[in-house]
Amino acid sequence: MIEIKNLTVTVNNKKILDKLNLTVGNGEIHAIMGPNGSGKSTLGQVIAGKDGYEVASGSIKLEGKNLLSLTPEERSLAGIFLGFQYPIEIPGVNNAYLLKAALNAQRVSRNEKEIDAFDFMTLIKDKMKLMQIPETFLSRSVNEGFSGGEKKRNEILQMLILQPKLCILDETDSGLDVDALKVVSSGIKSISNNKRSIILITHYERLLKLVEPDFVHVLSDGKIVKSGNKDLAHELDAKGYDWVK
Amino acid sequence: MANNKVIENIVENKYKHGFVTDIEQEQFDPGLDEDVIIRISKRKGEPEFLKNWRLKAFSQWRNMKEPSWQHLKYHPINYQDISYFAAPKNQKDAPKSLDEVDPKLLETYDKLGIPLHERARLAGVAVDAVFDSVSVATTFKEKLSEAGVIFCPFSDAVKKYPEKIEQYLGSVVPQRDNFFAALNSAVFSDGSFVYIPKGVRCPMELSTYFRINANNTGQFERTLIIADEDSHVSYLEGCTAPMRDENQLHAAVVELVALDNAEIKYSTVQNWYPGDENGIGGIYNFVTKRGDCRGKNSKISWTQVETGSAITWKYPSCVLRGENSIGEFYSVALTNNYQQADTGTKMIHIGKNTSSTIISKGISAGFGENSYRGLVKVLPTANNARNYTQCDSLLLGNKCSANTFPYIEAKNNSSKIEHEASTSKISEDQLFYCRQRGLSEEDSVNLIVNGFCKDVFKKLPMEFAVEAQNLLNVSLEGAIG
Ligand SMILES: Nc1ncnc2c1ncn2[C@@H]1O[C@H](COP(=O)(O)OP(=O)(O)OP(=O)(O)O)[C@@H](O)[C@H]1O
Ligand SMILES: [Mg+2]
Repeated sequence: MIEIKNLTVTVNNKKILDKLNLTVGNGEIHAIMGPNGSGKSTLGQVIAGKDGYEVASGSIKLEGKNLLSLTPEERSLAGIFLGFQYPIEIPGVNNAYLLKAALNAQRVSRNEKEIDAFDFMTLIKDKMKLMQIPETFLSRSVNEGFSGGEKKRNEILQMLILQPKLCILDETDSGLDVDALKVVSSGIKSISNNKRSIILITHYERLLKLVEPDFVHVLSDGKIVKSGNKDLAHELDAKGYDWVK
Repeated sequence: MANNKVIENIVENKYKHGFVTDIEQEQFDPGLDEDVIIRISKRKGEPEFLKNWRLKAFSQWRNMKEPSWQHLKYHPINYQDISYFAAPKNQKDAPKSLDEVDPKLLETYDKLGIPLHERARLAGVAVDAVFDSVSVATTFKEKLSEAGVIFCPFSDAVKKYPEKIEQYLGSVVPQRDNFFAALNSAVFSDGSFVYIPKGVRCPMELSTYFRINANNTGQFERTLIIADEDSHVSYLEGCTAPMRDENQLHAAVVELVALDNAEIKYSTVQNWYPGDENGIGGIYNFVTKRGDCRGKNSKISWTQVETGSAITWKYPSCVLRGENSIGEFYSVALTNNYQQADTGTKMIHIGKNTSSTIISKGISAGFGENSYRGLVKVLPTANNARNYTQCDSLLLGNKCSANTFPYIEAKNNSSKIEHEASTSKISEDQLFYCRQRGLSEEDSVNLIVNGFCKDVFKKLPMEFAVEAQNLLNVSLEGAIG
C-alpha cells in the first residue's frame, strides 16, 4: 500500500524524521509507538502533505505512485485519511455539510455521481449510530465545543464515510473513556479488511488489544528503532521506551 | 424569483409607454448649478415644494466639504463632470443579444447560478420578454394593494402621495447630514417608496426585483420606507448579479421610519463592479442609510452583504428614539484585489431601555482594505441602554489589511456597552483539515469564510442567504494561491 524510503524531514533546519523506512502492505494494521516528540505526528502530517515541513530526502509511494508531488487534497483523493491528534474547530461550518462536501469530492474524483441528500442522511445516520454520536452533532459546527472524546469519535465517523484506502489514526485513542475506546475500536474494525491498510499511532496497548496490529514499530528521534508484533506493545507498556532507544 | 425579474421588465416597458417625454435631450450635459436642479425637477414633473427642497439642499451642499476622515484613498471627484439627469435608457443602445455582452460577466452569472433567461435582462440586453408572467406581477400588486401597502417608484409617490413625501422626506437624514446626502437631496434620481399602514404585516418580502421601473434608478437613488404603528415589513435591496452600470459615483440615501411597535428589516446584497484585478475602474459607493425608531417598541434591523464596488463608504444606522426600541446591524464586507471598504454603523440611543446589536464580519484578500467604523452613542435620556458589538476581521494573505474604529460615547451611567473584536488570518490548520478530507484549496477557503460569516448570513431571508454564499465564493476567486 505505502512505501516510505529514507525519509528525512526538517522544520526550520531541525531534523525531525531521520532516514525513516516503513512499508505497509495491503490489509495490514501497523502500530507506531514512541516517546513524546519522537516524530509520530510529523510522519502522519508529511504523508498527508501538510505545508511547513521540508522533505530533505527520501520518497513516499502510495500503490507505487509518488505522493510527495501531490497536494493534500490529491493525496486525500488518492485514498489517504489522517485522523488528527488535535482535530481543529471550524466555527460556522456545519459538520454534516463538510462531510457531504468531502464525500462528494471523493465521489467526483472517482467519476461517480454526487450523493443525493436523502442517501447521504441515511448513510450518515447509520454510521453515527455506530459511533454513538447523537444526531444533533450533524448541525453543529465542525468540532466546535466538542469534548476531546467527541472530536475523536467524529474523526472516525469521517473515516467511515470516506472509506479511505490508508487510514492513519494519530492518537485517536487518547483521552477516551473505556466505553468510548470500545466504540472507536469497533469503528476501526468495521472498516478494516484485507485491502485497506491502517496505521495506528498510539501510546497505549489497550487500543491494540481491541484492534490487533500485525506489526508494532517504535519511533524514536525520527527513526524506527525497533519493530515487532503485538507482544512488543505489551513489553513497551511494561518497561517504557528507555531500553529500545 | 427568476420570473419576477422578467415580469418587472414587461411592466417597466409598459410604464415607459406612459411616460410623457418632452423632446428635450435624453441626458443633460455635465455640470451642476441651480438651473440644472430646476430642470431635473421640471423633467420629473415635481411639485413646487420638492423643487424648493432640492434647491435648499443644493445651496447647503455648495458650502460643504467632501469628508476626508474615512480610511479610503481615491482620486478627487469632479462634480461638474457628471451628468445629473438621464431619461430612461433607450433600448437602441443596449446589446442586441448575449453575444454582445462581456463574457466575464456571463461567466459570473453562470457561477452564481442565475437562470439563462434572466441573464439577458441583467446584462441589459433588449429583451422582448415572452413569458406569460404578467399575471404574476398583477397578483403581486393586487395582494399588496389589498393589504393597503404602497410600494412604488419614488417619483410615482411624489405624484400620488405628495403629503407623505413632504412629511417624511429628509426627516431621518437631514439635507445637510453629510456631503453626499446633501448632494443626493439636491439631485436624486429615483428609488423606492414604501408605506405599510397601521397594523399591517406586509404579506410578502418587498424586493427591488419587483419594483416597477427598477432600471435607471440612477446614481443618486432615494428610498423612503415608512412602517406605521404595529406594522411589519421586510425589504430586500439589490441583486447578487452585477448589473451593467456606467456611473462611477453612487450616492444613495435611504430613510426608514418605524412608528410605535413597528418593525423594519432591511437587507442588502451589494455586488457592484469592484474594478479589475489591478484596481482600475469600479463603483464609488457613498451611501447614507439611516433608520429612525421613532415609536416605542419599534425595531429596525439592517443586514448587509457588501462584496462589490471599488470603494464602499456606508454606515447604516439606527436612531433609537422610542422607548424600548431595538436597532440591529449585521454586516459582511469583503474586499479583494484593490477594493476598499469603510463601513459600519451608528447606534444612537435616545429613548429609555433601548438596545442595539452590532455584528460585523470583515474579510480582506489581495490588497483589499477593510475598515469597520462604528459609533455607539448613549444620550443622557437613554436610561438602561444596552449595546453589544462584535466585530471580527479575517485576513486572506498578507498584503491586505483590516482596521477597527469603534467609538463609544456614553452619557448615561446606567448604560451597558459590550465590545468584542478579533482579527485573524485564515488558519492554515483549518485549511489543511478541509483539504485532507478532499476539498480543493478554493473550496476550503470558501467553506471557512462562509463559516466565518454564518452569524450574519442566518439573518438574511432564506433565498438571499444562498445567493449571498455563492456571491462570496465568486468574489473570493483568486484570493489565495
Ligand atoms: N512546525 C514545527 N515547528 C517546530 N518544531 C516542530 C514542528 N512540528 C514538529 N516539531 C517538533 O518535532 C518533534 C516531533 O513532533 P511530533 O508532533 O511529530 O511528535 P510526536 O511523536 O507526535 O509526539 P507526541 O507523542 O507528543 O504526540 C517535536 O520535538 C516537535 O516540537
Ligand atoms: Mg503526536
